Amino acid sequence: MTTTPAPKGVTAKSSNRPRMNIGRPLMYLGLIIAALFFLTPIYLLIITALKTPESIDLATTWQFPRIINWASFSEAWAKIGGNLGNSLFLAVTATLLSAVIGSLNGYALSKWKFRGANTLFALMLFGMFIPYQSVLIPLFEFVKSIGLYGSIWALVLAHVVYGLPITTLIFRNFYADVPDALIEAATIDGAGFWSIYSKVIFPISIPGFVVVIIWQFTQVWNEFLFAATLTSPSSQPVTYALSQLAGGQAVSWNLPMAGAILAALPTLLVYILLGRYFVRGLLAGSVKG
Amino acid sequence: MKRLSTDRLWSMLVLAPSVILLAVFVYGFIIRTGYTSLTDWGNNSLALDTTVKHNFIGLANYQDLFTSLLNARFRQDLVNTLFFTVFFIAGCLGLGLGLALMLDRNPKAEGLWRTIFLFPMSLSFIVTGTIWRWMLQPQGGVNKLFGLDPDKYEWLTSRSSIWQFDWNKVPLITAIVVAVVLAAVGVRALRDANRTRTIVAFACAALLLAWALLVAPRLKFIPVPELHGFNIAFIGILIAAIWQMSGYTMALYLAGLRGIPDELREAARVDGANEWGTYRHVVFPLLAPITLSAMIVLGHISLKIFDLVYAMTGPDNAPTSVPALLMYITSFRANQFAVGAAIGVVLLILVAIIIVPYLASQFRGEKRA
Repeated sequence: MTTTPAPKGVTAKSSNRPRMNIGRPLMYLGLIIAALFFLTPIYLLIITALKTPESIDLATTWQFPRIINWASFSEAWAKIGGNLGNSLFLAVTATLLSAVIGSLNGYALSKWKFRGANTLFALMLFGMFIPYQSVLIPLFEFVKSIGLYGSIWALVLAHVVYGLPITTLIFRNFYADVPDALIEAATIDGAGFWSIYSKVIFPISIPGFVVVIIWQFTQVWNEFLFAATLTSPSSQPVTYALSQLAGGQAVSWNLPMAGAILAALPTLLVYILLGRYFVRGLLAGSVKG
Repeated sequence: MKRLSTDRLWSMLVLAPSVILLAVFVYGFIIRTGYTSLTDWGNNSLALDTTVKHNFIGLANYQDLFTSLLNARFRQDLVNTLFFTVFFIAGCLGLGLGLALMLDRNPKAEGLWRTIFLFPMSLSFIVTGTIWRWMLQPQGGVNKLFGLDPDKYEWLTSRSSIWQFDWNKVPLITAIVVAVVLAAVGVRALRDANRTRTIVAFACAALLLAWALLVAPRLKFIPVPELHGFNIAFIGILIAAIWQMSGYTMALYLAGLRGIPDELREAARVDGANEWGTYRHVVFPLLAPITLSAMIVLGHISLKIFDLVYAMTGPDNAPTSVPALLMYITSFRANQFAVGAAIGVVLLILVAIIIVPYLASQFRGEKRA
């Protein structure tokens, strides 16, 4: 009943001003406390990585190091540098392959709808949600039987296949916003499946590709289960190497902390530089457009 | 027309490789895992010998997992994962909603706050686990920061658990819970004056209750009482998991809050609703679908989680084990592939219970739209 004129007192009470005055300091206090919760681990991570092993002790845990020791990073690099290279190769290859296939799938599913396309798509999407433990043993057998076990290509294969549902989903939702009239007009002009893709769809796909590439890169880089089961030491990605580095008992904490920073930097940089697209991928993975 | 059909042919040809790959790698492999779980592969020392034939042994692996004394860890893991899921979802929803409500009031430097709350999402669970393990060491940063006694605050190493119950009572508890739900369905049907549904619901509830009271107490899976509960050592893992994932719920809720037209809130205020009333009657109901989809996504992540646990307490710490982790070490450490496959199937069923209705409802809604 928006038309009912409100009594004067109510209007004053419900206007923005007085409400904000009480709420705002509280809101900032809440935000600061929350930010401390989110940032404190990072502070500890950085200062621990910068300490010498001898200067890590309980009394000074929270203090900034007096002597900054960059050697933790070179030591960590010596131990997991090769794995970072593996991760980079893996993430780039798997991401590009699954993005290209996902784009074509999304185009076919949203612009050339056929009977049962939605059911097929739902069946594909299920692959995104399954716990990989339920396919891990046959995957392991399969990879072994084709002679890829222990090679980085085993991981590329796994990440491309199991990445297809999400890349298809994101592109399908992205192309859903492209007006069908555009496609029809192109068809009347005599364009077919491929020329519409290359002249109409692909050129406007850049934002879609950015979202998919960022999202897939992060997922593949951070993955652990396939890394732990399908690789040999020479092809292990950085997540597995870090878990080994941090899992040892005798290691002093500056080393795993430096390793964690090295392992986290690529995805963190992607997030800081392209956060908007990262969030879009995040939302696409859960709420369908 | 001819033109059109070639195009359609192309679209199917383009989809074919993905469809075949997913059919094999998802559905084919699930069936294969299901079959493996019915064999004795790895129940002897010859697991890696490819010449040994695996025998079909039916559901024996499942029976062992749920009833044999040796597999108490699996049952504790199931209980762990359920407790973990409940607290993880509650924590992420609560914190995420709180953050979103604060950000919705347009604080200064909103983008910066958002960046701070979301950045853990970009890290891997292994990195998060490594950092928080260092924070939560008995002699570590958190206890030092708050001056807590490291002997009392064993975040990750505690061995005690609360809310224990006897595993033998699982059928009893399940039957009672389902009966109560059915009764609630019956009451609703009664209110809607749907006679058939009322009768069916109440009859089923009564049957279940009778079964729970007469038969269930005499059922014994295991000869001795076996207590499982919520392990205190999970609190540390929960904190780290919520730290990583609550930014996600914040992003969801913030998108939802931004989607609520100002006119709706204004209308509520004009109608005399105070601020709390506006939230209760306008904002929160509109956020309900977001809560549901967040619960589903978080729930399936939580059931699958194992890398965080691996990084924080290691694969061998039984009190903080989860089925996803147990599957990995059973199969790839102990080479008990058939038992590992059975755990994988149980895990899949748990996830499917959440996901299948979700996918089905999403696509039914889409067809109508």
